[in-house]
Amino acid sequence: MLELNINGQTVEIGDDVDPSTPLLWVLRDTLGLVGTKYGCGIGQCSACMVHVNGVPLQSCQLPVENAVGQQLTTIEGLAEDGQLTAVQQAWIEEDVAQCGYCQAGQIMRATALLESKPSPNDAEIDAAMSANICRCGTYNRIRRAVHNASQRLAASGGLNSGGDV
Amino acid sequence: MSRDTADFELDPYVPECIQQLRAEHRQAMALSRRGFIKISGVTGGGLVLGLSLAGCGSDGQGAGEPSLGNALEENPFVQVRPDNTVVIYSKNPDVGQGVKTAMPMIVAEELDVDWSQVVVEQADIDESRYGLQIAGGSTSIPSNWMTLRQAGASARSMLISAAALELAVEVGELSTDAGYVVHEVTSRRIAYGELVEQASGLPVPDAGSLVLKDRSEWKLLGRRITGVDNEKIVTGQPLYGIDQRLPDMVYATLVKAPTIGARPVSANLDHVKSLPGIVDAFIVEGAGNPIEFGLDTAALLPGVAIVANSTWSAFKAKDELDVVWDESNAASDSWSEAVAEATRLGAEEGAESLNETGDIDAAFANARTSPEGFYTYQFASHADLEPQNCTAWFKGDSIEIWAPTQTPTMAVPAVAGLLGLAVDQVTLHQLRGGGGFGRRLANDSVCEVAWIARELGVPVKAQWSREDDMGFDYYRPGGFHSFKAAISDEGKLTAWQDHFISFGRNGSPISAANLTGREFPVNALGNARITQTLLPTGMPSGPWRAPGSNALAFAIQCFLNECSVAAGRDHLDFLLELFEDVSIPQGGGFGGFGGAGLNPERAAAVTRLAAEEAGWGRQMPTGRGLGMAFYFSHQGHFAEVAEVSVDDDRRLTVHQVTVAGDIGPIVNMSGAENQVQGSVVDALSTLMGLEITFEGGRVEQRNFDRYPILRMSQAPAVDVHFIQSDNSPTGVGEPAFPPAAPAICNAIYAATGHRVRTMPLTREGYSI
Repeated sequence: MLELNINGQTVEIGDDVDPSTPLLWVLRDTLGLVGTKYGCGIGQCSACMVHVNGVPLQSCQLPVENAVGQQLTTIEGLAEDGQLTAVQQAWIEEDVAQCGYCQAGQIMRATALLESKPSPNDAEIDAAMSANICRCGTYNRIRRAVHNASQRLAASGGLNSGGDV
Repeated sequence: MSRDTADFELDPYVPECIQQLRAEHRQAMALSRRGFIKISGVTGGGLVLGLSLAGCGSDGQGAGEPSLGNALEENPFVQVRPDNTVVIYSKNPDVGQGVKTAMPMIVAEELDVDWSQVVVEQADIDESRYGLQIAGGSTSIPSNWMTLRQAGASARSMLISAAALELAVEVGELSTDAGYVVHEVTSRRIAYGELVEQASGLPVPDAGSLVLKDRSEWKLLGRRITGVDNEKIVTGQPLYGIDQRLPDMVYATLVKAPTIGARPVSANLDHVKSLPGIVDAFIVEGAGNPIEFGLDTAALLPGVAIVANSTWSAFKAKDELDVVWDESNAASDSWSEAVAEATRLGAEEGAESLNETGDIDAAFANARTSPEGFYTYQFASHADLEPQNCTAWFKGDSIEIWAPTQTPTMAVPAVAGLLGLAVDQVTLHQLRGGGGFGRRLANDSVCEVAWIARELGVPVKAQWSREDDMGFDYYRPGGFHSFKAAISDEGKLTAWQDHFISFGRNGSPISAANLTGREFPVNALGNARITQTLLPTGMPSGPWRAPGSNALAFAIQCFLNECSVAAGRDHLDFLLELFEDVSIPQGGGFGGFGGAGLNPERAAAVTRLAAEEAGWGRQMPTGRGLGMAFYFSHQGHFAEVAEVSVDDDRRLTVHQVTVAGDIGPIVNMSGAENQVQGSVVDALSTLMGLEITFEGGRVEQRNFDRYPILRMSQAPAVDVHFIQSDNSPTGVGEPAFPPAAPAICNAIYAATGHRVRTMPLTREGYSI
């Protein structure tokens, strides 16, 4: 029996789950948190990006046994009480998505970027976001959305201001 | 309005099986003459209009169209509820092209409601109720444009009539505004919701009596409307095929042969079944001919199914699986050998003639110069980010399916045929697709899960790994063009010769590997010789975003630039001059824009606009250049100018691509611009480093580590301009893709003097 902390809640993983199973598949198949997406399984596309203690990581590369004792956040855990975060609001306002399949991973990456660099320039955005593939090619809009989110955060006093932006 | 009701032609490189889409348009036109009917019993009540499929054939137009049956009461198209909510049912699949937002916008415009009142729901999949439901060929908007407008206008007309009765005034005194009927003289306003009961009792107006809005009256169309699924996307709610979950669901994966076309003989199934988490394992014989792309065929690959309690358990068990494969009928293709053979053939004339016009030998004899070029482009995978998957539950005498397919209408009879069921024993729920690009036109993954589900009796999701998805695909076929052109003393293009070397089976090009031989600039010239030689192949191929055009544009538009350079001409002037000579195909007008037909005026207008917006002709520093290309496909005219720099190590930077397009008026500006920007990025991605190669019939790239999709830091800024002409709107999922690669290659030439003739550019020593 493994115990995980996901989105602020403690969940138990039964013994029928192999401890070496990538966190991605435990989230999706065992816990039904399907917002985290499978794209490649080899850490190349970042569709499966989650936060481990606030650090963006590809969940297809993290055995679930190594996630024990860590604070895990998935795309489902960003909004609190239905209040979308600045990044999520920016993604809607800029109408970033085409198919939208990669966007959960993009949003997790962007959220972590803005935690460490609240006002990133284009080069810093490119450097951080280039770990994530968008097959539809929405990169122009992702960049705009990161700037948009950055401005929302500046106006509201930061990521941890309660999201009232 | 005559142009609105004209028939349209599909792009000639859309495979024949998708030409059925044209029939959909005809059907929609026939339906529009019959209009709509009221239906009742729909959840939420109010005024509900459905497509009138009744009476098909009564006017001689509907032979072969779906019969009415008893389903009439369940085909809602638009519903105005008493609480003032407007529910619009989106009938076609959305795989990222944005129709789930754009199509309802068209209804809402004519209904004259505020977009905030609108709730969009995915319509059920049922050909007898909704006609063809397909995402392909950039046809959703042109096929449904008139029907959607009339749906909204019919409901609006009935609400006005109801208000006239309510207020005891003439219909002519009433107007509408954002969900209200307005009587201006007395300043009275009645919400639609208050009128629905009265309106439901009124006759549905004849479609011919409807007055549709003029473009100048549009309030919603042309605006930037954000996608209706955006909130679910950014919060990670279940939405896609892969997200489907059912009680007691098991997870399957079908292990496919590493060599295309091989079949399993035996496998260590007992050992696999003994592994932890494994529910079952069995050999799947396959059905039909899955190597050949088809929309509605009951076809799936043979392989070994592993069924488990999780996706990971199924994937992990593959490591322990040993299969004996029979490769006696498998593909033995070698890409490197095909390149060598095509290069040798390029010096010769083709085996068969596709088109011979004028006196090409005389043109070459009189030419001032005769440039030649041999162009190569690669096989490519669709690489939808959501790997192929499908979920099904077989219940003995029926099956229920949850699919992210592009062709649900075709999936239903395919599964019925596969399992020996009647069509009405197959229920398919349409789910969003994480990318399509043509891959999900084929229903092999749907047939696959149906087959596996029949063995199990419990719900099952069949999941392809990325390696499965890339290792078996209906690839964009590679090809070769050996060009020669004649340039006259006046610097005009006077002859065009192309030996097209492509891939074929049984004497015909494989899917999407054909050439018409009338492609621009041939249709602007008096002298042409287009020949073809087919290299035998066992590889699967199929439509891939802008089929045919996605590669032809690269070869043709780059060689055209070689011609303008050889002629010593400015490329813009050279193109504009050629457009003037384009012969418009018989039928003319909007209806004639299939085949090699393009509208010279629209072509010239977008080309001029792209040049102007990009600052064509300005001085560039060393190592930096502008390149231009035009292409017409899927009824869209697009010109693009790329600005690039190249360093001494052939490292490429694409600074900006300026796009000018004419697809008629824009329905959703946000969606249309997004499609164009994505098309350019996709095209650069494909041009730069994506290729599928194969040796011994085995595909050599199986994941993104060897299939480098473009990253954000490599992507150009894409500046989009539309000429909003009065032609009916046409689709934009595809036509912005083709001109991007040649524009970039022509810019590389302008920057460096080096002519690139091979895609991907990594083969020419470039990096990005």
